[in-house]
Amino acid sequence: MAGGRSLGLELGVAALAVGSGVTAQPLVAWQARGDAIPRPLVEAMPDAARGREIAFGRDGNCLLCHGAPDSGARPVGNLAPPLAGVGSRLDAGQLRLRVVDPSRVNPGSLMPRYHVTEGLSQVAEAWRGRPVLSAEQIEDVVAWLSTLR
Amino acid sequence: MSRPSPARSGLVFAGPTVRALQADDFANPGMLWVERGQKLWSEPVGPSRRSCGSCHADALRGAAASLPAVDAATGRLVNLESRIQACQAQRQGIEPAAHESDALLALSAYVAYQSRGMPVRVEVDGPARPYFERGRASYHRRIGQLNLACSHCHDANWGRRLGPETISQGHGVGYPAYRLEWQALGSLHRRFRSCLSGVRAEMLPQGHPDYLALELYLAWRASSLPVETPAVRR
Ligand code: HEC
Ligand code: HEC
Repeated sequence: MAGGRSLGLELGVAALAVGSGVTAQPLVAWQARGDAIPRPLVEAMPDAARGREIAFGRDGNCLLCHGAPDSGARPVGNLAPPLAGVGSRLDAGQLRLRVVDPSRVNPGSLMPRYHVTEGLSQVAEAWRGRPVLSAEQIEDVVAWLSTLR
Repeated sequence: MSRPSPARSGLVFAGPTVRALQADDFANPGMLWVERGQKLWSEPVGPSRRSCGSCHADALRGAAASLPAVDAATGRLVNLESRIQACQAQRQGIEPAAHESDALLALSAYVAYQSRGMPVRVEVDGPARPYFERGRASYHRRIGQLNLACSHCHDANWGRRLGPETISQGHGVGYPAYRLEWQALGSLHRRFRSCLSGVRAEMLPQGHPDYLALELYLAWRASSLPVETPAVRR
């Protein structure tokens, strides 16, 4: 993975991943209720601006699949519904589950599970046992999604 | 069992620059490897001083279009590269060229070039069946930290965009191919490794039996598409 490309996939794509090396923190336990995770994964105040950076940058790489408002001239993917307005359709707990483990909502989901380490196979050694996004990053991203009204 | 329909080469999804490079043999950088391969092909080597050409008069026209296939002698699945390596070791008595070496890329590009334009047609029944099933299973298995299977992108979402890239049907008919990103010719197995590193999955060495089985499944998916080697891709 020279140059640190990933799902953007050294695909000659821009990478659903990496860049900065592995920064993800250990998994934080979470509990789903219905189609939501009602409680934040961490106590700290989330930061929506940082969440946007994570979503747009290489840690989250959400734009590989989703369009987003204010994505500017960035090339965005169209494998997934645009995120515009998602903050008025879904509350914070629902958004949290959809980022943490979308397979809980749709078992066939294309979307990666951003805060799980179980039930995956053939994970490259550098990523094994680590979630894609840390609990803090999840909360920042959820805060950003909530602003998309 | 489904395959993309209608089957479309990756070339269809490529940009105008890539298409222009591939269309013109004088501009196609992959032709440099084909030329090198032609030299290697007729070079007498080893204790018996035999060249590839001394055994195969027609430069194996059509061979690349029907590989991978099960080798009758060993019962193992072989692709073009491993077939060439076996001839080097057993018939020429030389150290076989390493995977992804310039020599092996050149020879496989030269031989595949002799099949250019011929439709891919591989045997998937009989002794090939278990390999085919193994390839099919890995094609559909979710892997890596990002939890995606080949089929998620190349069956369910071809024609759509993953960020800046248009996802093709993931056919291997142009390989070895020249990728602008590599600035070199590379094998189909190297392309697999790119997709695997993209989903943060473990990579296997080129020539691994799992990759051979996957290559057979891809060739079946690509049935009737013509061989394009040396293709140009981004
Ligand atoms: C590889 C593709 C892919 C990536 C990358 C991806 N998603 Fe998704 N996402 C989807 C798909 C497809 C859906 C549609 C629902 C489903 O199939 O699960 C979805 C659904 C969602 C939803 C629910 C939308 C709704 O209207 O119900 C949210 C919220 C979401 N994604 C946020 C994100 C965020 C934030 C990121 C990055 C941290 C991200 N996604 C990365 C594919 C992706
Ligand atoms: C997250 C999406 C994704 C996944 C998963 C994926 N690929 Fe790809 N693949 C791409 C993209 C994007 C490209 C570059 C554009 C293209 O040619 O399709 C590509 C290119 C290819 C190509 C080259 C096609 C050509 O004409 O040059 C092959 C072959 C291929 N992939 C096979 C596979 C196999 C086999 C797997 C599973 C081991 C796989 N891919 C998994 C997105 C993916």
